[in-house]
Amino acid sequence: MKKTRLHNNHIKLNGKMVEFFGWEMPVEYSGIIEEHLAVRNQAGLFDVSHMGEILVLGPQALDYVQHLTPNNAARTSPTKAQYSALTTPKGTFVDDLLVYCLDENTYLLVVNAANADKDFAWIEKNKAGFEVEVKNLSDDYSQIALQGRNAQDILKNLNDLPLDEMGSFAVAHGEVAGIPSMVSRTGYTGEDGFEVYTTSATPGVIWDALIETGESYGIKPVGLGARDTLRLEACLMLYGNDIDDTTTALEAGLKWLVKFKKGDFLGREVLLQQKEEGIKKRIAGFELIDRGIARSHYPVYIGEEKVSEVTSGTFSPYLKKSIGLTYLPMEYTEEGTEIDIEVRGKRVAARVVPLPFYKRDY
Amino acid sequence: MYPDNFYYTKDHEWIKVAGGEATVGITDFAQKQLGDVVYVELPDVGAEMEFHQSLGVIESVKAVSDIYSPVSGEVAAVNEGLNDSPEWVNEDPHGKGWILRIKLKNEAELEKLMSVTEYEKFVDGLET
Repeated sequence: MKKTRLHNNHIKLNGKMVEFFGWEMPVEYSGIIEEHLAVRNQAGLFDVSHMGEILVLGPQALDYVQHLTPNNAARTSPTKAQYSALTTPKGTFVDDLLVYCLDENTYLLVVNAANADKDFAWIEKNKAGFEVEVKNLSDDYSQIALQGRNAQDILKNLNDLPLDEMGSFAVAHGEVAGIPSMVSRTGYTGEDGFEVYTTSATPGVIWDALIETGESYGIKPVGLGARDTLRLEACLMLYGNDIDDTTTALEAGLKWLVKFKKGDFLGREVLLQQKEEGIKKRIAGFELIDRGIARSHYPVYIGEEKVSEVTSGTFSPYLKKSIGLTYLPMEYTEEGTEIDIEVRGKRVAARVVPLPFYKRDY
Repeated sequence: MYPDNFYYTKDHEWIKVAGGEATVGITDFAQKQLGDVVYVELPDVGAEMEFHQSLGVIESVKAVSDIYSPVSGEVAAVNEGLNDSPEWVNEDPHGKGWILRIKLKNEAELEKLMSVTEYEKFVDGLET
C-alpha cells in the first residue's frame, strides 16, 4: 500500500488509517461528525496527496487539453484554475478534474486517486496528432486542503500571497511555511478554502504549521469519511458513485462546464445532440421522510417500478437527516416528488429536494 | 474497560444477565470500529429471537452493521432512548447505550459465550 508523505503526521494525530484505492489514508481522527462540523463552522485540514497529477506539456498543450475536456481551458491561466472533465467520445465521464495552467505550454490535470492510472493511459492514448508530452507526476505531488470559513485567516499567517485578492478558483505561487507551493482557492466541501500543492519532500512542515496556527481558529484534521459527507451535502460529484462512463455532464447537473462554442472536443457531438433532444434522466437529490439511511446502490422505486439506484447516500451531519442522490427520469425530478428507497428489503419513503443540500451563507 | 460480570460474543455484543433476562449491547471495541452511530433499528417488543438471528441494525455515518441475538428468547424491552440519541452507543456503550432486553429461553446458551478475560484476549488478537 502506498503512503503519502504526511503518513507520520496522521499517526501522530491518531488518524484511523484505512486502505483507499491502494493508498493508506486516514478515514477519521476524532470522529466523522465532529470533523464535519469543524469544517462547516471553523476549519478543517485534509491530506489529499493521493489525488493524481498529470502534466501535459508542449507547444500544443492547450489544444490537447481543449480536445480532452468540455470546459474552455483557454480561460485558465497561471492565476486561474478550472473544474472540468475528461470525456469519452460518447460524452460520458472518464473522470472529473481540475485544470491548472502552469504556463502556456504546461498544464497540470488533477484527477481522482482511483482513476490516476486509467486517466494517464487515456491521455497518453489520445495524444496522436498533438505535439505534446504527458507525464504522470502523481507520486511527486503532495496536496493539502484547508477548508472552512476560517481558512483564509489561518493561511495568511504562513505566507505573503495575496489571499484577499484571490477569488474562487484563483491560483498563486509562493512559499507556504517556507515550502515552495502552488495555492488555489478550491476545494471539495462547499466551504471557502484553499488547496496547497507541493513537490517538496517535506510537506509535513506545511501540515504541522497549519495545525499549529489553526488551533486558535478551531482547526481539526479531517479524514476521508467527513470528506465524503461534506462533498455530498454540497452536491459535489464523486466519480464512481454519481458520475461515470455511463453518465454525461448534462445529466449530472454540470451543464455549465460544457462549452459547445469553444470548438471540438471528445464527446461534443453526442453532448450537443443530447442538449438538443433533451436529457431523459437527471441527477436529483432526495431526503428520507421515514427513518433509515439510504446508501449507494440501494434501489429507488416510484410506485411499483424500480427506476434507478442511489448513487450516493448518507446521514447528513449538518442537516441531521438522511440525504442522497439518484438519477431519475425527467418527469420525476420535480421538487416534492415522492419516491421510495429500498433499505435492506424494506421500502422507505423519500422526497425529491432542491440541490445542493447545503449552501454556505458567507 | 469491559465489565467483568458481562458475557461477550465474537460479534462484539455484551450480555448482562439478571432475573432471567439478558440485556444486550455492543462493546466499546465495536462502537470504535463503527464510528459515529446515527441510527439504531430496533425489533418489536414481543418478537421471538433465535440464537444468532439478526435482531436489529446499527448504522454509523460510514457503515451498516447487523446486531445478532446472542441468545434465544422473547424481546422484553428495547432502548427507546436510542431513537433520539443513537450517540449513546458511542458515549456509553456498556451502560446508557444498551440496545434491548431478551427473556432467556435457554440459560444453557450462556455457556457458549465468552467471559471478560476471554473477550479481552479475543480483542487483543484483533488489534495488531
